[in-house]
Amino acid sequence: MSNAPVDNSRRRFLTAATTVVGGAGAVAVAVPFIASWNPSARAKSAGAPVEVDITKLELGQLIRVEWRGKPVWVVYRTPKMLEQLGQIGDRLLDPESSEEKQQPSYAQNMTRSSREEILVAVGICTHLGCSPTYISEGYEEIVEGVSSGFHCPCHGSKFDLAGRVFKGVPAGLNLQIPPYYYIDDTTILIGKDKEGAA
Amino acid sequence: MFKTIVDWIDARIPMTRVYNMHMAQYPAPKNMNFWYVFGFLATIVLVNQILTGVWLTMSYVPSAEGAFASVEYIMRDVEYGWVIRYMHSTGASAFFVVVYLHMFRGMMYGSYQKPRELLWLFGMFIYLALMAEAFMGYLLPWGQMSYWGAQVIISLFGAIPFVGDDLALWIRGDYVVSGATLNRFFALHVIALPLVIVILVFLHIVALHEVGSNNPDGVDVKRKKGTVAEEDKTKFEFHEYYTSKKDILNDVVPFFPHMVLKDLMAFGVFIFLFCYVMFFNPDFNGKFIEHANFETANPLKTPEHVFPVWYFTPFYAILKAVPHKLMGVIAMFGAIILLALLPWIDRGKVRSVRYRCGLHKVNLWVFAISFIALGYFGGTPATAASDILAPVFTVLYFAFFVALWIYSKNENTKPLPDRITK
Repeated sequence: MSNAPVDNSRRRFLTAATTVVGGAGAVAVAVPFIASWNPSARAKSAGAPVEVDITKLELGQLIRVEWRGKPVWVVYRTPKMLEQLGQIGDRLLDPESSEEKQQPSYAQNMTRSSREEILVAVGICTHLGCSPTYISEGYEEIVEGVSSGFHCPCHGSKFDLAGRVFKGVPAGLNLQIPPYYYIDDTTILIGKDKEGAA
Repeated sequence: MFKTIVDWIDARIPMTRVYNMHMAQYPAPKNMNFWYVFGFLATIVLVNQILTGVWLTMSYVPSAEGAFASVEYIMRDVEYGWVIRYMHSTGASAFFVVVYLHMFRGMMYGSYQKPRELLWLFGMFIYLALMAEAFMGYLLPWGQMSYWGAQVIISLFGAIPFVGDDLALWIRGDYVVSGATLNRFFALHVIALPLVIVILVFLHIVALHEVGSNNPDGVDVKRKKGTVAEEDKTKFEFHEYYTSKKDILNDVVPFFPHMVLKDLMAFGVFIFLFCYVMFFNPDFNGKFIEHANFETANPLKTPEHVFPVWYFTPFYAILKAVPHKLMGVIAMFGAIILLALLPWIDRGKVRSVRYRCGLHKVNLWVFAISFIALGYFGGTPATAASDILAPVFTVLYFAFFVALWIYSKNENTKPLPDRITK
């Protein structure tokens, strides 16, 4: 040990400098550990668009397809169902679909679809991620005066046949409409807008 | 010969000293009743979970493709695999039974009050880690309820403003719960959280032995040095770590063997009940293992009713009772945070419910009933009655803390005895 007098300000500077460098190093090391929890390249590529053939879809029928691991519904709505969509606006939370991130612009209309009779929607409740049940007849038991809709089994959220949420349920947003377009009359591509990438 | 070996070890690590300090010469109040056995039982269950868990990992396959089938393989093909799995699944529920009783004991006898605040906090951290451990473990069989339960709970984080959706995505590692989620939950369930829990249990016991055990009267058994007459001091020999700081009254017994024997007696009863469930009703009528979980996970179809396992249902009922997503999540986590803050919410100086005001007795019972009622409503489908009652019991749950904070300031307590009564 040397007998030189202690220079306290120098000591403080060295302590602070070491702490800053060490701290920066610790943060840098944390990056790979945190980032590795993000979706992997494989999970991201599984998000590719999917084609749906609707030739065999019947009036009132719902089919499920998988897109990004999520259920996507395609529903062929009857004229009666479409008629009802216009009559229940005052019982819905967001009848005009004003929340922009819930649908592409071409689905920001009363039927929330680009072709009136075909609904394409992500079948995941906007409350806590369960998949609501499609009830094509007898929905009056759940919502008075409405003959068909979706009902979430987890916490009772209710949606109409355009995926619009009813008032007074836990979910606060309409169902999400994915980007999609018609390749031809009977084929839908889900996951992509006509103009470009989703 | 034996002494030579012990001496050889003691010269190298403090084996005898630690044994005396924490077992043979640790002072335990002699009036500890049956409510004091649940800490010991929780330790036993923890050992059971680690041991059976290690064995289960030997045959379990942590992947979305193989998980469900490997659990069936354990149940059907692995020798005694069903015993080990049911020990583990019954153990998970048993863990929460004893932990809830252990916590209620602390609330009845004011064991969280000064100077045991940190002891209580460590306990709450154990409880939190245990909930995370149980939640992640429940995903591993990859049944329908595993899958959708995880989907709902992870989506809770999506309620956080701005970062919520990204956070939920980060936790899942995919756009929905998937094999990536399963694998990371497996890693956390078998390595990370058990380590955290074991360390926290160690700290919980260190904190307990530093401040000493509370008792049903909530009266201190250790007094300031030099204030206790010689004839009132304990006749047992206790470790000088305790006797050098405080005078110990003649109201305590050494932890070993006195308390250990009582705990073993309770263990005998406990194991009897445990074995009954494990051998005769391992899914406990769909409460310990829900029936939907005997079907493999299907990301495209939600089961008709999604409920968490019974030990989460009180908080789940609170979540459901609040008709707003973010507020519901805040209320649910708030219900747990308020428990952790009990040492500061309770401003009273008298610990045990025996000597506190009548209102406190009522308040405590209403709280216990509310907790059980919420547990019931959180685990059954909504009905007209539950839509009214669940919010009522949610309010009563929170009212416990508000009322306690108000009346504990100037509470009309009964006179405390100078010494413990029995």
